[in-house]
Amino acid sequence: MTFFASVGRSTIEKIAYVGGLGIQFWKGLRSSYRVNPITGSRLRWRATVEQMAVLGFGAMPVVCLISGATGLIMAFQGGAELRQFGALQFVINLVGVSMTRELGPLMTAIVVIGRSGSSFSAEIGTMVVTEEVDALRSMAIDPIEFLLAPKYVAMMVMMPCLTIAAVTSGILAGGLFTYFTLDMSLGVYLRATLEVLVLRDIISSMIKAIVFGTIIVHVGCFEGFQVAGGPVGVGRSATAAVVKSIFLVVLADLMATAFFYLFWQ
Amino acid sequence: MSETAIHPALRNHLRDGQPPLISVQDLFVQFGDRQVLQGVNLDIYGGETMVILGGSGSGKTTLLRNIMALDRPNSGHVYIKGVDVTTCPAEELSAIRRVMGVSFQSAAMFNSMTVGDNVALPLREHTKLAEPTIRLMTQMKLAQVGLSGVEDLLPSQLSGGMRKRASVARALAMDPEVLIFDEPSAGLDPIIAAGIDELIVHLQEAFKMTIVIVTHEMHSAFLIADRMCMLHRGKIIAVGTKEELQSSTNERVRQFLERRADEPDDESPNFVTGF
Ligand SMILES: Nc1ncnc2c1ncn2[C@@H]1O[C@H](COP(=O)(O)OP(=O)(O)O)[C@@H](O)[C@H]1O
Ligand SMILES: [Mg+2]
Repeated sequence: MTFFASVGRSTIEKIAYVGGLGIQFWKGLRSSYRVNPITGSRLRWRATVEQMAVLGFGAMPVVCLISGATGLIMAFQGGAELRQFGALQFVINLVGVSMTRELGPLMTAIVVIGRSGSSFSAEIGTMVVTEEVDALRSMAIDPIEFLLAPKYVAMMVMMPCLTIAAVTSGILAGGLFTYFTLDMSLGVYLRATLEVLVLRDIISSMIKAIVFGTIIVHVGCFEGFQVAGGPVGVGRSATAAVVKSIFLVVLADLMATAFFYLFWQ
Repeated sequence: MSETAIHPALRNHLRDGQPPLISVQDLFVQFGDRQVLQGVNLDIYGGETMVILGGSGSGKTTLLRNIMALDRPNSGHVYIKGVDVTTCPAEELSAIRRVMGVSFQSAAMFNSMTVGDNVALPLREHTKLAEPTIRLMTQMKLAQVGLSGVEDLLPSQLSGGMRKRASVARALAMDPEVLIFDEPSAGLDPIIAAGIDELIVHLQEAFKMTIVIVTHEMHSAFLIADRMCMLHRGKIIAVGTKEELQSSTNERVRQFLERRADEPDDESPNFVTGF
């Protein structure tokens, strides 16, 4: 009895959570047009540019570093297996395809969650606790438009950029591997990689970047807006934002990958 | 205002032929199992200063939050300038909020912006004024509350009293018709608190605004109020002028005015020491 009750309650809570995210997503979309620099508000545009610098350019070095390391790891691990079949040159396919389709977007998302997802929820959560969000509302300023929309638009621009940087550095790291093991020049390696990749790989990479960015901004902000119970609640919300974002990003990755496997091969 | 333009719900609430600027009607608010407001009725008329008294935890902030439509009540209505803010669409609420200025209990300054940007924010958001004009108006508003030369400081660099004043300057930025204070002198020493009282009296004289103040400071209440009311156990138990409240025979009101502690068998929170 209590088991079913608790399963029921937690199911309802999950549905309510997703519903709340959905409502926030819709409101975020509707207020994001206010960000455009021509007919929108120049204040929002300025905030958006600031966010682009913080969450985009700020993340660039660590995204490149982590993706480069991941590319190299892939090359070593794959190379060890492929060498046994005398097919070491297929490392090029392995690194190119897996970085583009999968690891580039995913590694970028993980870094951005750690840097920005947690800080979104901490920033907004603190503003909830100090009544700043209520002050905004009392001044007839929509907190979603004021706080979320600039982050969302900035993320929609910067996630694809970061993902491209991640994919590029992963592939370049793979080139480092082939240079030393296959004596292959970087030019030849890159040309071979481009031959392996098809448009679908690049499109799926960009779609993932957009979807992951949407999840990161909305989960981070949603956790922040839901903060209750003072500074302790702020810390808890930052943790929850990271854990839930990672979970949802991996889930979305799985669904997107399955979709591309089934319907666009 | 002609009779037909008056909202039907306000027709029985006229004073000198004028409807109340703010009318709270049968407001019920519940948090979980806890009934915080249990049928609050209160009319506040244009140009008057209404002080809402009540012990800590009696629901004063909750009442203000419902007046500002920051929360939704379980039932009941709040009419501001004839608009029911508990049900009106977002655009109408937005218009109503622009004529209300609020100073929160915690001041609620935006900690990531300078004091000047805090005060300028409503102007930048809601007007198309040029930046030099906005800067000038910001300086004026800060001067009105007795703060000058603090534009470039962060709120965290101000003292508690100065932060309170700055939040009043921000509330004044859009020249509101209604100014709402939640415990303006809470957490301030008596001298600074007296300064805030003086500021409120100055604002009354200078702008003839409608002012709503929540407090449990009897001294400042009697200094600034035109009328006052007392909130107890979720209801308004007394409302009237200072003299009317002072001659009230209600035991709770008498106890509050005379700062007497609760009787030992009373299960309600202690008003005087309860904060
Ligand atoms: N968001 C909330 N959730 C749960 N309980 C609340 C909430 N806000 C206020 N309360 C409760 O309502 C009561 C009245 O609170 P409040 O209006 O802040 O009192 P006051 O401002 O008069 O001190 C308190 O007991 C408080 O615990
Ligand atoms: Mg309060």
